Amino acid sequence: MLERRIKVNVERQNFELQEGIYTQSYEVPVMDGMMVLDALNYIRDEIDSTLAFRWSCRMGICGSCGMTVDEQPRLTCQDNLNEYSDEISVAPLNNFPVIRDLVVDIDDFMQKKLPSVSPWLIRKEEAPLDEGEYLQSPAEMAKYADNSACINCMLCYSACPVYDMEPNFVGPAAMALAQRYNLDSRDQGSGARYSVLSGPDALWDCTFVGECSVACPKGVNPAEAIQRAKVEAAQRWAKSIIMPWSQK
Amino acid sequence: MTTLQHDLVIIGGGLAGLRAAIEAARTAEKAGKSLDIAIVSKVYPVRSHSVSAEGGAAAVLRDYDTFDLHAMDTIRGADFLADQDAVEILVNSAPSEIIQMEHWGCPWNRDEDGHVSVRAFGGMSVKRTVFASDKTGFHMLHTLFQTSLKYTTITRYDEWFVTSIIADDKEVHGIVGLDISTGSFHAIKAKAVMLAAGGGGRVFAFTTNGSICTGDGMALAYRAGAPLKDMEFVQFHPTGLPNTGILITEAARGEGGYLINAKGERFLEKYIPNKMEMGPRDIISRAIITELEQGLGYGESKDGFVHLDLRHLGEKHLKSRLPFILELTRTYMGIDPVIEPIPVRPVLHYMMGGVHTDNDGRTPLKGLYSAGENACVTINGANRLGSNSLTECLVFGARAGSAAAGYIFETAGSDKDLSTFAERDETKIRTRFLTERNRGEKVSVIRKELQATMEEGAGVFRTAKGLNGSIEKLAELRERAQRLQIKDSTRTYNLELVGALELDFMLDVADTIVQSAHNRQESRGAHVRRDFPERDDEKWLIHQQANMTPKGLKIKKSPVTITKWQPEERKY
Repeated sequence: MLERRIKVNVERQNFELQEGIYTQSYEVPVMDGMMVLDALNYIRDEIDSTLAFRWSCRMGICGSCGMTVDEQPRLTCQDNLNEYSDEISVAPLNNFPVIRDLVVDIDDFMQKKLPSVSPWLIRKEEAPLDEGEYLQSPAEMAKYADNSACINCMLCYSACPVYDMEPNFVGPAAMALAQRYNLDSRDQGSGARYSVLSGPDALWDCTFVGECSVACPKGVNPAEAIQRAKVEAAQRWAKSIIMPWSQK
Repeated sequence: MTTLQHDLVIIGGGLAGLRAAIEAARTAEKAGKSLDIAIVSKVYPVRSHSVSAEGGAAAVLRDYDTFDLHAMDTIRGADFLADQDAVEILVNSAPSEIIQMEHWGCPWNRDEDGHVSVRAFGGMSVKRTVFASDKTGFHMLHTLFQTSLKYTTITRYDEWFVTSIIADDKEVHGIVGLDISTGSFHAIKAKAVMLAAGGGGRVFAFTTNGSICTGDGMALAYRAGAPLKDMEFVQFHPTGLPNTGILITEAARGEGGYLINAKGERFLEKYIPNKMEMGPRDIISRAIITELEQGLGYGESKDGFVHLDLRHLGEKHLKSRLPFILELTRTYMGIDPVIEPIPVRPVLHYMMGGVHTDNDGRTPLKGLYSAGENACVTINGANRLGSNSLTECLVFGARAGSAAAGYIFETAGSDKDLSTFAERDETKIRTRFLTERNRGEKVSVIRKELQATMEEGAGVFRTAKGLNGSIEKLAELRERAQRLQIKDSTRTYNLELVGALELDFMLDVADTIVQSAHNRQESRGAHVRRDFPERDDEKWLIHQQANMTPKGLKIKKSPVTITKWQPEERKY
């Protein structure tokens, strides 16, 4: 059997070297079942130890290795090379500042966007632990299960045309996670979250292009979560006009 | 250079680190005191390897279950090397920790009546493992991370690599960290430091562990003068995917899966007939390797495999209970477990050993704490039971967080000037790795030889000869690692340098494993010596603590705490 070799064109940059953004090509032998990430690890171990990219679990759950492969945002550890031609391009995720090579700065999400939607269970009063769990049926759980599957890989932000134009946009993953708690029968804090979601740079900025849901490697559907939140937010707004005393 | 300062610095933002941080913050809130907490992690906390845990977390939540039963299962699983007072704390505190996680939103699977579900796990005599689908670690980690965001007293240093703990022979003063994105070194002063940086599975070639599991927290403690205990005990999980080592959860057997050899037999009949697939991991891993050695598996013995058969469970059950397993086998093996068996083989999974602590996470070094896989309390002894480690992260993470807070309230803090320490580490590291004259071998070359020799000498079955070979090889690699070829001399996100620092830590951790294993002339739990096949309670019902001394590694022995379960033959 002829060994398959592919050409990997990697977009590189390191501002210290003042070389700007350039493409470096590497030839990688490919065995059946290899992922894009495996090719990058081959490059770093065998050809060029200076190539910078993040990875850890290599099983699609830690969310470290999102990159742009052939123009699409992909989780590279689960992106099979069998699905590509013999020449591929790998670049950093779009819409984020590049720190170096394939590593982007996602502090904006981790330190600002995510905390801004209060992604934690809010209770008016916490029950004592010895009273046991808050009961929740499997059907109630199913309502937020999909939204709880977000691995924070940032592929949806990379795909989002609104985030591209408006860096203050709260964005798909954070809003899906806000909905994860809003839809949780145990939660009593949706009022606080809706006041953020209904404010500037959130729900109403989403143009419902749906690219986020296409990009998601874990079956989360941020576009739908945002649409449902819009409906709820509109109803809350209408209710606040008709029954101003009803707000929680 | 400015010295940063916090009361408590926690190294690692996985389950144990986050749980500790939250508990420290709550302890301060309750006491009406201020406590400034930092989490320093070489990755964003949600990337921590806790995220990969699949099966579940054990706790006594049902009427049919008792604390004594959970304790006895754990102690028997540990081949009687667990400290029984620590095990009692684990089982007694487990239920409230599981409920606390539930109150913070963790999506534990539910029964129709709304209560948290439980599933069967190896070595547990009744169903007591709670779970969040088969992504339990992922859901627990994100729940804790998101919950931690509401505590304004917790500051994070994401993607900072800790290069050393600053301590003298009296106490801890802080740490030095490398900000990976800028390449700058900083000292962080602290009244207490906690190591919660996980395990070091990457010292082996074939492992379930992610690339970040390089034993940093263990090596940091060891270098600062804290002993590493029970390091010879490493766990091989029976079911990893061949080639990649990706974990196939024990819950697959808990839900009813079979292990089958190439002759189509449920071969565990020969090894552990009363438990079969629900036996503990050490025994099942040995059974699989024995089958392979006898030519009863598929493929060559060295990388051969047996089958994990889930077909009889039906698609509906697999989709509802093991969806991640379906996803993993389809993505990484091109196999559909609904209609095909899954090839599996034993794979390095977990380190029972770690930094020696008391039951509140205190190490012998004043002000230094540790919890989670990084630590060795010890509840796992010679073999951990599946689903006890997530519980351990919660119970002992919380205890260590609370104890560290209490210590800080009573401590004035040293007036030691740390301003020179960042420069000290930077100079040392840059001189060693980044000056022109140090041109030797690539990090990846040494790392791969290290991983190969650990597989060779410190695997499922061990001998004095094999371990000696690894000890010598590691000494050679350490020598060669003094001259590494680091091509990248820039500061920004220099992962080649980080890789060299990790390799340096891995060499220390690997050394403690093989030397402790060489020393222990008996077979107990996951440590099996072909040249000493029996358990020897007279000589070896003890812990070994590896200490770094100017004369090299020195082992000190310490007793095992027995409360009410006298050691007996480990029978199933």
